[in-house]
Amino acid sequence: MYDTKYHRASSLDEAAKIFASADDGAFLSGGQTLLPTMKQRLAAPSDLVDLTHIDGLSGVSVDGDTVKIGGLTTHYEVNQDNALSKACPALARMAGWIGDPQVRHRGTIGGSLANNDPAADYPAAMLALNATIHTNKREIAADDFFTGMFETALEEGEIVTAVSFKSVDKCGYEKFRNPASRYAMAGVFAAKAKDGSVRIGVTGAGDDGVFRWTEAEEALASNWSADALDSCDVDSSGLMSDIHASAAYRANLVKVMTKRAVSSAD
Amino acid sequence: MGIEGIGARVARKEDKRFITGKGRYTDDMVVAGMKHSVFVRSPHAHAKIKKVDTEAAEKMPGVIGILNGQQLADDGIGNIICGWMIHSKDGSPMNMGAWRPLAQDTVRYVGDAVLIVVADTKAQARDAAEACIVEYEELDIVTQPDKALADGAPQIHPEAKNNLIFDWGLGDEEATDKALASAAHITEMDIVNNRLVPNAMEPRAALGIYDDAEDHYTCYTTSQNPHVARLVMSAFYNVAPENKLRVIAPDVGGGFGSKIYIYPEEIVCLWASKRTGVPVKWTADRTESFLTDAHGRDHITKVKMGFDANNNIVGLKVDTIANLGAYMSLFSSATPTYLYATLLSGQYNIPAIYGNVRAVYTNTAPVDAYRGAGRPEATYLLERTMETAARELGVDPAELRRQNFIREFPHQTPVIMNYDAGDFEVSLDAAMKQIDYAGFAKRKKEAESRGKLRGIGMSCYIEACGIAPSQAVGSLGAGVGLWESAEVRVNAVGTIEVLTGSHSHGQGHETTFAQLVCERFGVPMDSVSIVHGDTDKVQMGMGTYGSRSGAVGMSAIMKALDKVEMKAKKIAAHLLEADEADIEIENGELKVAGTDKSVPWFQMALGAYTAHNLPDGMEPGLKEGAFYDPANFTFPAGCYICEVEVDPDTGTTKIIDFVAADDFGNIINPMIVEGQVHGGVAQGIGQALMEGTYYDPDSGQLLTASYMDYQMPRAEDLPNFQLSTSVTECPHNPLGIKGCGEAGAIGSPPAVINAITNAIDNNDLTMPATPQAVWTALHNKGGSRDDKNQFDRHITKAAK
Repeated sequence: MYDTKYHRASSLDEAAKIFASADDGAFLSGGQTLLPTMKQRLAAPSDLVDLTHIDGLSGVSVDGDTVKIGGLTTHYEVNQDNALSKACPALARMAGWIGDPQVRHRGTIGGSLANNDPAADYPAAMLALNATIHTNKREIAADDFFTGMFETALEEGEIVTAVSFKSVDKCGYEKFRNPASRYAMAGVFAAKAKDGSVRIGVTGAGDDGVFRWTEAEEALASNWSADALDSCDVDSSGLMSDIHASAAYRANLVKVMTKRAVSSAD
Repeated sequence: MGIEGIGARVARKEDKRFITGKGRYTDDMVVAGMKHSVFVRSPHAHAKIKKVDTEAAEKMPGVIGILNGQQLADDGIGNIICGWMIHSKDGSPMNMGAWRPLAQDTVRYVGDAVLIVVADTKAQARDAAEACIVEYEELDIVTQPDKALADGAPQIHPEAKNNLIFDWGLGDEEATDKALASAAHITEMDIVNNRLVPNAMEPRAALGIYDDAEDHYTCYTTSQNPHVARLVMSAFYNVAPENKLRVIAPDVGGGFGSKIYIYPEEIVCLWASKRTGVPVKWTADRTESFLTDAHGRDHITKVKMGFDANNNIVGLKVDTIANLGAYMSLFSSATPTYLYATLLSGQYNIPAIYGNVRAVYTNTAPVDAYRGAGRPEATYLLERTMETAARELGVDPAELRRQNFIREFPHQTPVIMNYDAGDFEVSLDAAMKQIDYAGFAKRKKEAESRGKLRGIGMSCYIEACGIAPSQAVGSLGAGVGLWESAEVRVNAVGTIEVLTGSHSHGQGHETTFAQLVCERFGVPMDSVSIVHGDTDKVQMGMGTYGSRSGAVGMSAIMKALDKVEMKAKKIAAHLLEADEADIEIENGELKVAGTDKSVPWFQMALGAYTAHNLPDGMEPGLKEGAFYDPANFTFPAGCYICEVEVDPDTGTTKIIDFVAADDFGNIINPMIVEGQVHGGVAQGIGQALMEGTYYDPDSGQLLTASYMDYQMPRAEDLPNFQLSTSVTECPHNPLGIKGCGEAGAIGSPPAVINAITNAIDNNDLTMPATPQAVWTALHNKGGSRDDKNQFDRHITKAAK
């Protein structure tokens, strides 16, 4: 790790201020991507602005139809939240499948979304749940938030403070793990909204990061069952291809995981 | 057997320190004035070094010195050598290129060491290493062994034309061709044995200490054979003469072969310590381990096995290209020759065998022995071919094997080995019974109802441990003898130290070796200590690899114990005024048989050292040494059966059941043997299903240089193994033991792959059988080979 300057922010304003005055600052939330990257000398921020001591950015609230999750909520907390387990069980389950116990106790939903790793789980859920990403400056629809691999609509110095979404009729998440890293090689979040519309978020497979599989959405909107996907095929041209999985294999996995997500949806 | 003697399940003495974090590894060693080092390594797979500029780096904080290959050469440090001479079929010696500990003119693989940076802290050394400027002129590269032999391939070493190191053969080619020509059926296979990264839990490390006042060197290092390291560093690398070089391999966290060899880093740390005047430590990070530990396997082979009209094997012809990487590591030439082709007879009566092996240089990490070393490669091709032949011939794979088993011993194979004992049918029957072979069809049907494809596959392996005798291996090209030494010191209070030339790096020697002493003298385990791993403490020994520490290391201890026993009985007979032939040793006492006269063990020992009352002419003390050179290899053998279920939607393989029925000869500690089988089978399953080592064929970069991309087997990937053992005693060593360290890794890969190909009904599958590979094989049945090639191990970039 290169030398870096550590700052502990006590408020969002203070965090933004420190960040603005830094040469090459980085916000630190759970640090489950940033810190290993720094240890490998692949990232070298001049200043680390620790957000985890800012009050009020953590926790899950379910208010009627509206679910809100603070940006600093850990994966463990999301996984364990009783209200969320009732309102959106697949999201709680999904959080329990991220990384390992150490990662789940440190990593946060806000950090994961801001990083937008192409194989991270939360982005698929946010797209499928038609969520809103709240920042210290504005609110951004999930459809506008994820702009590419490790790219988001966040501006320099903008901090994810929370996400919110309307609870859905049914949703399910299934992922096929990369055999080595155990990141999603194809992760599919399938959600059926209360108005009957369907959104499918796919992570781990897209060449340009998380995406929605609209063909499946249409098929499932008229028939919410795994069988409805028999006639759908994922176009492999926009999918990632690497030593672990060709685009064709990923296309198959996306379809299989979508079927399984629909079947397991509750 | 006492509760701590031979055959007892004694808990491992060494585990308390290991599992409580109290082990003392090389990286734990701290000496006064010690500094840290980082190696500057080649980022290119093949390049000329045009210019090295370390001026700015040398001025950075904490930097003590930055040393290069020219300085190393100026000080007369020699080339890294391969210790086994192989001659090609035409009689010419192997074409070995120069391997400099620090590259001077040319780098030949990604990770090749160029400079060492010594600084106060590791972080400072890292900073300075990044500031070192090395200008390269990139050269064409080749990573694949078959392509390395092609006309026009990049030339890696001037000594090896067309990158061919040797073209070696074993067996009678003419007789084999004739046998195959007469065959009623020939099974042909293209077999790839995938390259593996050893991944010992403890990365390699070295601490070089030069003592100016004494002109003496000490090297702490992660070695499986510290005496061999000292010998090689003295005799070949000119680091220091043996009497001025102490090598200590303290606790070592796993080796699997990769820590047999003498690598550039320990040589350079010793030399750098003298050059800089400070003790120099280096510990590999995990990526360095991936890049520079000697890899394993990496064979491409064509197999032809012929059968007569009654399904008896008539001949076997094997043509192998072995990738040895960019340089020849210490035993790299022996692994794909005398440790490989000599096992091509397997458990079968095969009248004619011919094996041809071409070893080649490529721009990849050096390849050498890795758990099993040659025998897994032989077993994999044989057992896949037997399974395939059975399918082609329409007979039960178990029965085809049974029919061709060797049943009489000793059995001389056509490829050097003389099997001295075994009963292959006992293992086959035990494994078939344990897995309920007969009930498979029913289980397959039940799996079908759940949408799963169930398959069963077997593997009947034989391997060779305790490579020997020295005279024989010498005549085959070995640069060293392969005996072992032991010294048994009985202290004046009766406690016992056993000094062994074997080295324990996970095998549990501190327990099993002590059990021999407990058995012999009836003393408690707590009174016995095993001393190993330090050339200043222990007499010359050959170390631990090839499952030799039981068959050879313990045999040496037995010889020394014989001598101690003889002298102890003489002393006791003298003290008890009895005939020494009447003395028996039992429960820590030396007794006169049939009387109540006895002397306690400790009193006899004290008597040996007070020397107040010894037999006339007897020397004081009680300490005996022995060297043991075995008469032959030992031949562990067994039968493994694997049952899998494949998810046709994703290609995921789940191992449902794995049965291992082994014959290791007599067993000293069954619990430790079971642990060895568990670990070996886990590694074999890792090779079969998960572990793919991928070099980008265009750039020569190792794409699987971390656990993000290289999959190791995890506990959840493995079933509860069902183990059993049977015994045919090794006839030529005092314990009747054969060795168990590698069997699991040797026998398991073909059982797993045979099970999967059975499940998916497509034999066109290469290791590792990842979900993608299995899914592709399943959905590409009958497709042309070209369609599938994109998933072969060579193609490291998915098709665009």
